[in-house]
Amino acid sequence: MRLWMIIIAMGVVTYGIRLSVLVFVHHSALPRPARDALRFVTPAVLAAIILPAVLYTRGAGHFDLTPGNERLLAALAAASVAWATKSVWATIAAGMTALWVLQWLVG
Amino acid sequence: MSTPGTPAVSRRAEFFAGIRAQVPLLLGVAPFGMAYGAYAVKTGLSAGLAQSMSAIVFGGASQFVGVRLIGNDVPGAVIVLTTLLVNGRHMLYSASLAPYTDHLAMRWRWLLAYLLTDEAYATAITRYRRGDASPHAHWFFLGTGFALWATWQITTAVGVFGGGAVPDSWSLDFALPLTFLAILVPVLKGRPAVAAAAVAGVIAVVGFRWPYGTGLLTAMLLGMAAGIAADLALHRPATDGEAEAR
Repeated sequence: MRLWMIIIAMGVVTYGIRLSVLVFVHHSALPRPARDALRFVTPAVLAAIILPAVLYTRGAGHFDLTPGNERLLAALAAASVAWATKSVWATIAAGMTALWVLQWLVG
Repeated sequence: MSTPGTPAVSRRAEFFAGIRAQVPLLLGVAPFGMAYGAYAVKTGLSAGLAQSMSAIVFGGASQFVGVRLIGNDVPGAVIVLTTLLVNGRHMLYSASLAPYTDHLAMRWRWLLAYLLTDEAYATAITRYRRGDASPHAHWFFLGTGFALWATWQITTAVGVFGGGAVPDSWSLDFALPLTFLAILVPVLKGRPAVAAAAVAGVIAVVGFRWPYGTGLLTAMLLGMAAGIAADLALHRPATDGEAEAR
């Protein structure tokens, strides 16, 4: 019973956060600087998710900013494909293929 | 895809376009969902609790943290506060999307808020930014959120009931940052957006080991501040001409 209460409370908190501006507080009530800053949510969150996923090794979680980091090389290849093609699938194909090939070469 | 002046596409077409936009992210989410399900039961949660958490909380990182804290017998209030920290960034998504949904009926906004995750935000905001004023764009949001939701519930169940895991050597989890990369690159237009991404990325790397997602949250807030600062610096009247010349 205690665990059910915890999970429900976790859900209420999470849902409340997601509802906050969509439902509870109208976005026009936010201060002007806050509304201006919202334009940068997308580049900020995507970069903040991508970089650690590329620069920390899996498992051990070591920071690795060297050419020996296969994920870094694969991500660079994928970024150039993303730049050239603007295609999500081409980007994934390039990045995954590069990663598999590099892992195979090293492994 | 659709250009300005194209007739509005149907609800159904928007819904399925939303699903299609989510499919690449699902490649990375599926192993994550299975890992969550397996981890939850291994930690001692019943199958019902583990599965219900995916439906009630519906937030991957916060579910992993929640299970870990439950396993460590941490007081419930601490677990709930931790959830607030881990999922706090969703408030920024809520605020970012609100201008596009404020014409919708309340029941729609409650529904879309339930489906608001990192992955749904990334695809929905990209759709809205296309700026074609389609009256049915919220069906895209619904489709993209639903695709993620259904995948999360199913892969949780696979993990809970021991249906195995995707081998680590396939590195499928890498599909998630790769898809975000494909979404990010076209967003990097202009120096303020680049500044926001650069600062957020660096802080996220520095704060990678900070507890309970505080590194990610700090990175986002400082990245947004950097974007604003760059914008102000570039649009100061004295430097206006130079600013747009690039």
